[in-house]
Amino acid sequence: MIEVTVNLLATFRTDRFKEEQQQVPEGTTVGAVVSGMGITEREVGMALVNGRHAPMAHPLTHGDVLHLAPWIAGG
Amino acid sequence: MDKIYRVNMSSLQCSVEPVPTPWAGLGGRALTSAIVAKEVPPTCHALGENNKLVFAPGMLSGTTAVNSGRLSAGAKSPLTGTIKESNAGGTAAQVLARLGVKALIIEGIPKGDGWYGLHVNSDGVTIVEETELIGKGNFAVIEALEKRLGKTGVLTIGPAGEMKMLAANISVRDIDGKLRSHGRGGLGAVMGSKRIKFIALDGEGTTAVSLADSAKFTQAARTFAQAIMNHPGTGQGLPTYGTAEMVNIVNAAGGLPTRNFLHGQYHDNEKISGETLRETIIERGGNPSHGCQSGCVIKCSQVFVDKKGKYVTSGLEYETIEILGANAMIGDLDVIAEADHLMDDIGIDSIETSVAIGVAMDGGVLPFGDGQGVLRLLREDLRAGTPLGRTIGSGAGNVGKLYGVTRVPVVKNQAIPAYDPRAIKGIGITYATSTMGADHTAGYAVATNLMGVGGGVVDPLKKDGQVELSRHLQIATVMLDSLGLCLFIGFPSADDPTCVPAIVDMLNARFGLELTPEWFGGLGITTLKTERAFNQAAGFTSEHDRLPEFFREPLAPSGAVWDFTGDEIDQFWNF
Ligand code: SF4
Repeated sequence: MIEVTVNLLATFRTDRFKEEQQQVPEGTTVGAVVSGMGITEREVGMALVNGRHAPMAHPLTHGDVLHLAPWIAGG
Repeated sequence: MDKIYRVNMSSLQCSVEPVPTPWAGLGGRALTSAIVAKEVPPTCHALGENNKLVFAPGMLSGTTAVNSGRLSAGAKSPLTGTIKESNAGGTAAQVLARLGVKALIIEGIPKGDGWYGLHVNSDGVTIVEETELIGKGNFAVIEALEKRLGKTGVLTIGPAGEMKMLAANISVRDIDGKLRSHGRGGLGAVMGSKRIKFIALDGEGTTAVSLADSAKFTQAARTFAQAIMNHPGTGQGLPTYGTAEMVNIVNAAGGLPTRNFLHGQYHDNEKISGETLRETIIERGGNPSHGCQSGCVIKCSQVFVDKKGKYVTSGLEYETIEILGANAMIGDLDVIAEADHLMDDIGIDSIETSVAIGVAMDGGVLPFGDGQGVLRLLREDLRAGTPLGRTIGSGAGNVGKLYGVTRVPVVKNQAIPAYDPRAIKGIGITYATSTMGADHTAGYAVATNLMGVGGGVVDPLKKDGQVELSRHLQIATVMLDSLGLCLFIGFPSADDPTCVPAIVDMLNARFGLELTPEWFGGLGITTLKTERAFNQAAGFTSEHDRLPEFFREPLAPSGAVWDFTGDEIDQFWNF
């Protein structure tokens, strides 16, 4: 198992959390974390791993920080 | 019949003129820029008698099209020395459009040191001397004019505009008697140079603007509104969190200007986030989703109240929150909201002033994070026009020069707003090349760079595709700025195939034309080229299309640097 930090932004926080440490099997992808929280991949506007954009198939490694945001347009 | 109202402040005379044919199909920015380019000598002093201040409602303003009430203000900018167009919401554009006024052109400067107000109605413009409101803040002006004239549209300048500070803005009365602003580029100083304290716009006796084909218009307007509501950005994000939704996003991506653009992340980001703003407002009984004009379905604005539930400010934008919150490290929404209110009342651009404060902090004028010091600076120095107040009010570039600061985030002397161009390179190209000086709204590449909204993903940290993206966005933005539509319409326009055809249909149904989407692109290109030609004639070259040197230093924590060469940036203008 590896530990990753999951940060949720905007409406993804509703009924979930702001930040959480999650234990996941080695090789878990961004997409697997997303669907594990009941979020569909299509709902995700931005996925960052350690501040860099990452595709849903990106495998996570121990200590990664994942930020997930719904479609938000801007300011 | 549409007409032009012209006010000559030198002779104190007003005239009503027919619309010259080349201007007949224009509105908003396309029109203000065409007029300024034709009538203002590019090398003139921006605060002298040869500059002109031009207002033009958007082409769809005054109709039932949602989010169509933006007013463009244009002139030569005293801050940048370039041509300037700055647009704002509020109620003024709709009144001007209903009056059939395509443009209000104000020229000349009166003799003597008296002040004036302009009354605009269906007969034309009357110039009246003003004494009572001189020196007053914008809120007092709005309140006094409501008592005097009823609920008219109002354009006003505060003490900053009277003192011709280079960051002075022009405020517009919103639907609730509060303010929106033509913020950028010091147009309030131009209005002050013409000694006009306010312009009251009386739409009494006017009806909705006429439509060539009202059935077609209604149908298209419905499709347009639906496209806005269906887009997650305009239908959910902005109504829920306002533009402050960007704080956490930009922080996560490492592009949140912090400590005068030294870092790209702020440790107290949650204290100033859109999520916290919303919770705070709801908890205190304010309004988290407020429209600045009738017919707004997005409602990105909000009414922020203090702990006792008393009104503090509305339209608290990401830019102001970020630049005071993270860049000046104040990290306290109550202080930021109070500062926003003070800047609105004094009539000074909250972007330019907040960035100037960050530079002043770097120069040792006050410590980073000193929120009370900032409030004191605004209350005592800015409002009264002390030497320090005038220094801050003359913008970030001048503050940097006076205090020997080398990290001065400006392009063409206009402050860079709340996205670090090293970590979001697309917006850097817009800052560098915009005809307006650094301006995120001129081609908002942030949404595409970070979220893939508005035209596919372009990696924010790579150079690939950024010049093309910024060019595409800047051309499209002219369309929105000319139609009188909120910038946010850019998101459904790019992502929803029904949106642009609906806009074209509305325009054709309004004027009885047969324009195509390509016509818009052409309008964008012509307008940008007109603006650039003005700037070149005013002395600007490609060497001014550059970001400050310090952006070549790595940005913590990502280590990103600004690595575009001049030649690469100059490709922007290849169209
Ligand atoms: S979206 Fe925001 S700026 Fe546009 S009209 Fe509505 S409140 Fe005003």
